Amino acid sequence: MPERILAAVILSLLLLSGAQAEPVEDKRASELRHLLVQECGSCHGLTMRGGLGPALTPEALEDRHDIGLKAIILHGVPGTAMPGWERFLTEEEAAWLVDLLREGL
Amino acid sequence: MKRGAIGVGAAVFALVLLLGFPGVQADELRGTGDLGVIIEREPGSLLIVESTGKTRLMRVEDLGDFSHASVKYSRDARYAFVFGRDGGLSRIDILRGVVEERVMQAGNSVGGAISQDGTLVAVSNYDPGGVHIFRSEDLGLVAKIPAEYGDEGKLSRVVGLVDAPGKRFVFSLFDAGEIWVADFSDDPRSPDILRFRDVGRQPYDALITPDGRYYIAGLFGEDGLVLLDLWDLDAGPKRIMDGYGRGEEPLPVFKMPHLEGWAAANGLLFLPAVGRHELLVVNPDGWREVTRIPLHGQPIFAVARPDGRQIWVNFAFPDNDTIQVVDVATLEVAHELKPGSGVLHMEFTPRGEQAWLSVRDENRVDVYDPHTLERLTSLEATTPSGIFMTWRAHRIGL
Repeated sequence: MPERILAAVILSLLLLSGAQAEPVEDKRASELRHLLVQECGSCHGLTMRGGLGPALTPEALEDRHDIGLKAIILHGVPGTAMPGWERFLTEEEAAWLVDLLREGL
Repeated sequence: MKRGAIGVGAAVFALVLLLGFPGVQADELRGTGDLGVIIEREPGSLLIVESTGKTRLMRVEDLGDFSHASVKYSRDARYAFVFGRDGGLSRIDILRGVVEERVMQAGNSVGGAISQDGTLVAVSNYDPGGVHIFRSEDLGLVAKIPAEYGDEGKLSRVVGLVDAPGKRFVFSLFDAGEIWVADFSDDPRSPDILRFRDVGRQPYDALITPDGRYYIAGLFGEDGLVLLDLWDLDAGPKRIMDGYGRGEEPLPVFKMPHLEGWAAANGLLFLPAVGRHELLVVNPDGWREVTRIPLHGQPIFAVARPDGRQIWVNFAFPDNDTIQVVDVATLEVAHELKPGSGVLHMEFTPRGEQAWLSVRDENRVDVYDPHTLERLTSLEATTPSGIFMTWRAHRIGL
């Protein structure tokens, strides 16, 4: 039954391309969430309401652009306690974290 | 029970889960000298433990945002004052495992202190920037000290709050670069405040020596520390260890080191460097740098074993799976442990025969014998961070 085989091949290709379009997989997503809550939370608070670092709640980020936020996460803010996290994060992962912050924890 | 003069939910009884804590006998007489509490960070709860049998006794729940939570004890070592990130201040009876009083005293807080005579509890706040003072017996408000600086009346975040002899509190203003000494010995409702301006950029934490004489603040914005001699306030703050980075490019700091819980041993002070993977060794006689001990990562806490022979050091992300043990006799790293991911805090029992370690990501507190470095047992805890044993009740600055 070649149709069935063809259908299976097409389906798996679709699934594969779907997986590639999704930059952050489930396991990594949970690692990133853990990083955000625990490591970022040390300065920004476990609920992102701020501490030594500013609040990162959806309201607090309303006027900030995605590109700027991503750059801060990756490269830090010179002259402040905010380090760059590029050793640990890809650009896509930083963008994913910005989305997560905008949704709220 | 007395009710607090202010605050929400005063005299709230917390839910205490006795299931899984078979050792609890509410009517049994016991002392508190072998008790301690452990912060459970993510659920915002407190575990009450004892170090004789090394067991958990009770859990007190629903205490708020516990990132950077810390604890001070009443002078009878029965009540724990717990300072949450969200401004919550709770007074907990650790014998019964109940919240006696609770106030939401600010929007964002970072720690607290208890006065020499045990009557006042002070909280250092980021929002609103300043210090709030409460009666320890019922958490009634006594005074507010807004950390105003500059000409526009801006409020600075307050860090490095400690108690000092003579019913004083000393603290640093992160945004203003100031150190204030507040004296409550006359009228607690209106303390005398001595302000030292321009002490250095961004003091981020501070300590007071065990004799209550020297207050030392670490600077994040500059290479160095600030020293205030409380025996000679007229001399004012002076800079020590200036330029300890010596112009090197600092390494990134993924978590701010702590100075409270720092180490004094064998007549020397051991301090975590900032932006260097080193432990600074300082001789208080002349405040000279004795040496620097190279370490595995950015140190967070440096804690001396009570006999002073070892310093245990933990590290910032991404090196927080490791503990290094410095031998004070040789000033070298003698041992390395890998307890697991997220070792956030270390606490010794009063005489140092046990070292308790929080291993956050493993949901475990490990108890080690620091002489053999053998793991004696482990206790379940949910994302544990700070461990606070009751011996702290009787130490200046803790």
